[in-house]
Amino acid sequence: MPATGAPTKITQGSPAKGGIGESTLRPDGTLKVTGEFAYSSDMWHEDMLWGQILRSTVAHAEIVSIDTSEALATAGVYAILTYDDLPTEVKNYGLEIQDTPVLAHGKVRHHGEPVAIVAADHPETARRAAAKIKVDYRELPVITDEASATAPDAILVHEGRDDHHSGHVPHPNIVHRQPIVRGDVAAARERADVIVTGEYTFGMQDQAFLGPESGLAVPEEDGGVHLYVATQWLHSDLRQIAPVLGLPEDKVRMTLSGVGGAFGGREDLSMQIHACLLALRTGKPVKIVYNRFESFFGHVHRHPAKLYYEHGATRDGKLTHLKCRIVLDGGAYASASPAVVGNASSLSVGPYVVDDVDIEAVALYTNNPPCGAMRGFGAVQACFAYEAQMDKLAKKLGMDPVKFRQLNAMEQGTLMPTGQPVDSPAPVAELLRRVTAMPLPPERQWESSEGADVRQLPGGLSNTTHGEGVVRGVGYAVGIKNVGFSEGFDDYSTAKVRVEVAGGEAVATVHTAMAEVGQGGVTVHAQIARTELGVAQVTIHPADTQVGSAGSTSASRQTYVTGGAVKNACELVREKVLEIGRRKFGSYHPAWATAELLLEGGKVVTDGGEVLGDLADVLEGESVEIEAEWRHRPTEAFDLRTGQGNGHVQYSFAAHRAVVEVDTELGLVKVIELACAQDVGKALNPLSVVGQIQGGTTQGLGVAVMEEIIVDPKTAKVRNPSFTDYLIPTILDTPTIPVDVLELADDHAPYGLRGIGEAPTLSSTPAVLAAIRDATGLELNRTPVRPEHLTGTA
Amino acid sequence: MRVNFTVNGRPQEADDVWEGESLLYVLRERLGLPGSKNACEQGECGSCTVRLDGVPVCSCLVAAGQVEGREVVTVEGLADYARQRAEGGCATGAPGTSLDAAKDWRAKGTDSRTGEGAELSTVQQAFIDAGAVQCGFCTPGLLVAADEMLEHHPDPSDADIREALSGNLCRCTGYEKIMDAVRLAAARQSEGV
Amino acid sequence: MDFLRPASWEEALAAKAEHPTAVPIAGGTDVMVEINFDHRRPEYLLDLNRVGDLGEWEVGEESVRLGASVPYSRIMEHLRAELPGLALASHTVASPQIRNRGGVGGNLGTASPAGDAHPALLAAGAEVEAESAARGTRLIPIDEFYTGVKRNALQPDELIRAVHVRKADGPQQYSKVGTRNAMVIAVCAFGLALHPETRTVRTGIGSAAPTPVRARTAEDFLNAALEEGGFWDSGKIITPSVAKQFADLCSASCNPIDDVRGTASYRRHAVGVMARRTLTWTWESYRGTRRATEGAA
Repeated sequence: MPATGAPTKITQGSPAKGGIGESTLRPDGTLKVTGEFAYSSDMWHEDMLWGQILRSTVAHAEIVSIDTSEALATAGVYAILTYDDLPTEVKNYGLEIQDTPVLAHGKVRHHGEPVAIVAADHPETARRAAAKIKVDYRELPVITDEASATAPDAILVHEGRDDHHSGHVPHPNIVHRQPIVRGDVAAARERADVIVTGEYTFGMQDQAFLGPESGLAVPEEDGGVHLYVATQWLHSDLRQIAPVLGLPEDKVRMTLSGVGGAFGGREDLSMQIHACLLALRTGKPVKIVYNRFESFFGHVHRHPAKLYYEHGATRDGKLTHLKCRIVLDGGAYASASPAVVGNASSLSVGPYVVDDVDIEAVALYTNNPPCGAMRGFGAVQACFAYEAQMDKLAKKLGMDPVKFRQLNAMEQGTLMPTGQPVDSPAPVAELLRRVTAMPLPPERQWESSEGADVRQLPGGLSNTTHGEGVVRGVGYAVGIKNVGFSEGFDDYSTAKVRVEVAGGEAVATVHTAMAEVGQGGVTVHAQIARTELGVAQVTIHPADTQVGSAGSTSASRQTYVTGGAVKNACELVREKVLEIGRRKFGSYHPAWATAELLLEGGKVVTDGGEVLGDLADVLEGESVEIEAEWRHRPTEAFDLRTGQGNGHVQYSFAAHRAVVEVDTELGLVKVIELACAQDVGKALNPLSVVGQIQGGTTQGLGVAVMEEIIVDPKTAKVRNPSFTDYLIPTILDTPTIPVDVLELADDHAPYGLRGIGEAPTLSSTPAVLAAIRDATGLELNRTPVRPEHLTGTA
Repeated sequence: MRVNFTVNGRPQEADDVWEGESLLYVLRERLGLPGSKNACEQGECGSCTVRLDGVPVCSCLVAAGQVEGREVVTVEGLADYARQRAEGGCATGAPGTSLDAAKDWRAKGTDSRTGEGAELSTVQQAFIDAGAVQCGFCTPGLLVAADEMLEHHPDPSDADIREALSGNLCRCTGYEKIMDAVRLAAARQSEGV
Repeated sequence: MDFLRPASWEEALAAKAEHPTAVPIAGGTDVMVEINFDHRRPEYLLDLNRVGDLGEWEVGEESVRLGASVPYSRIMEHLRAELPGLALASHTVASPQIRNRGGVGGNLGTASPAGDAHPALLAAGAEVEAESAARGTRLIPIDEFYTGVKRNALQPDELIRAVHVRKADGPQQYSKVGTRNAMVIAVCAFGLALHPETRTVRTGIGSAAPTPVRARTAEDFLNAALEEGGFWDSGKIITPSVAKQFADLCSASCNPIDDVRGTASYRRHAVGVMARRTLTWTWESYRGTRRATEGAA
């Protein structure tokens, strides 16, 4: 029997044209508001078992022994697997470096590392059995920061590295190092009238997607397995899963289940291999669902970072140089660390013109939780630092902070520190102008006829102030994020598009492996098909591995690359349709042969608007289906010594103005407004674009004032793995977020669009920090800022 | 143990329930009603919000055995619940709530064919129309909470909306479109009066 | 695990007598978290939802007898006049959904120093009505109820039936610091009640010591200062130096720890700020009431 909750096709008709540029509503909206939309944790199968993972209780230890005998004897337990049960020689996985053990082998390198897996008939049975597994650990000293990682006698987190970064790193506990040097910093420094330095700390942020890691693995009759899972990139998962199972990729079928948010946290594997191993071992479907506690251990986090910055500027406000060093804590496994290093270094200057730079970014191997992809990916940490520097410089020069930024803003044609020219609009000064031009929210909004409304004050419902100690502050920030995969990665997507006649009407089906994680890719794909094929009804096929890769739902790339692939496939389909039309009807009207033909409103029309016939008539008795790959312009790797190279394909820019009210006595913050202006190139779906900007902005707010995974520096253990102590913003913490959308086309991109998802997460955080500094006069070199930092009680 | 209770107006019986199971687990895994979501299982996110004898609660924190003989409404039953309330057939509405207040929902979803025929409540339709749904994992809980608020406060201020929904976390939207959706639902309800 | 479902208070007491390790569950907002996260596997769960009178309250001459399971949302709605401090505290509890389920009985049973109700109960003055099948009912003064971190004065066979909270005879306030504007566990909390009838001030501090505590030295200082200065009669503004010393003494009565929610140093500081502010708010309210009374006379 099929699994309950397997995704079905969603067909969306559109009363209006429903093409690109319209705020078409989500095709999955009705399912999502009725509770029918099946997320990966909703999957169910008759006779299914529940999988449970036993995780390490210590961060760094040798495993002396594992005894599963008592656990195995538990009634209702079907299987318990450890490293020794792995079926092939491939026992590790990883996005770029395969350094992550499927199950710990002789050693655990971080708190919460999977050691054994259990399948049982009820989750409680599985939990009780897992608790009975006896693991004897011999604890090792923990490596938790740069000093302990690179000490001469430091224990190596990974012995015997032979990955492609191991040859150029200065220490085996450094995953990757990327320097960028350009110009003559020493000479430029001489020209500086003011020099400003800063040491900044960025806390470990969690993606905190609401849908926990989960999925269902169903063994298949051919010896393979069908995995229903929430992920960001089906084919990347497949490439890592199949070898560990010892199966060819075509025997591991993957179907995307409903995804409850991702934000980078589903780029790496979580329960995928474990569920498949248990299903193949027991011959039964196995479901694994993390709870929130486990979820904090089950995915990588945003790299915490230390950032050392030195800028110079002339008296008239021109930046002279930048020296900076960015140290990212990658934790125990590489995950996306190398790419995060590439981003952090190449975007460390920010959206400014600085000709002379000396930059270094490194990611460490430590025994802290593994860190990898999260919305903004290396650019977030850098933006926090360079924007703090901009304010310091402006202050030292006695200049307005916005004017100072505008004076140094990059524009189209500016060279990146990597030597790459920015070859599409870069309206940095204009975005700043726009956020500055928005009216400021009224003062003292908490005052009402019935006294102070605490809901509008710092502290909110907790009733800590009725206005006492409350000071307003305003801050600005702007950021730059690359779009798409960089540094020479072959970044492509595949789309399969079909048109046919159904019910007398021409309809289209779009099939990709794109992971819809909430961003609205399915909405946009239908819009593109309508625009390109002139149909009203579009069916979105469930995403699976029966079609080619769509790349990852990350790096703000999906609308650009998979959207581009859908557009490309539609264009190929359209050519084929027109060929059929010419074959069938060409003899009736000369325009078939000569004119530029379009598909609009279910008809074939000339570019002059003359209708040549119904699309349904052309397709009568035939269908056209084309699957094709599409890729953006190639990029190249950064030089390992100089960092020079055309590494990026596109940039995305956003600016924020934050208005905060701070209870300066208690150190509590209420963000009153976070205005954003962003260039999106072309808004394919304006409603979704604004939604992305507001969501990204709020995640930036979170890491400004509350969000941080706290790791004990003595034990490397996570101290707050729960939604009780890892706080994300509630609706009472979130301000109004007015958004000004600018559309300056990037001529290299489909429809001129720009990837939009990440840029707003960058500048939101430093804007809030700047506003808090404005309110308090404090320097504040770390984020998140906590009440103790604002009250001198840290 | 066995638990008997009413879900969305229908009597339900769950057998072999482990005593530590939550109402959420029973709904999702035993009764085929996975609409209530399992995001935190510690009462911090509201995604599992259901109405227990009319009162919004986190179903993850209700022990299954505690619902014996009681009435539960989940997101799956929200449209029916709203319709019955509007028709005056539901007794759980608070005094002072206009029975006509929720009349202005649309007869069917305008969008998804798979959802066609599904009658949506005002607040459900407003969430779709306002763009308040992204990944949608928080949506069921928000809908149940927002619907209950509008039942009691048909004309809420923004601060009232924020307070009423402060127990429902959303990670995608930044809440702005959720505010829009609730304002829209309130406006449509009042037009319907 | 067994799930016990007594239909009456007597059955509940009998069950608790028979199974002293049974964990009472009412709103479930503490117990279920521990079960869901595998922190606790009690042998017996004792469901109190079917004991109807636990959800009821009676307003008497001197005090309110508040059933152990009266949800916080009902305290906020219905007892704002009689128990203003507890009503304010109730409003700071978690989320609307949690306030619909949780009640003061659970807070007392768990006896976490971070429980939101404790400072309000300490400031107002209260007695916990505990009962066992063997020994019947006893009233435990709130000041003697908290005996250690997550420990209280209950015997294993006892259940909390109600809490008797003294009706407010003057203004009361409650503040709680958390690092979020809603749905947050207290970093620290402060309750303050003016008792004009006895010309005393009482306080309660949460999350800043192993147990909820009163700032007795601060109370004594303030009571004396108000008396000596004739403040109760004159209704004049409290001298800033008096308010400051009161705040400092409140801070000094804390014995906090550093944890993921905040530093000890911050907790001490914040308690002082809250003490000063809540004193100002209640005193302003007291002065306002006095003026109104005098105006009417």
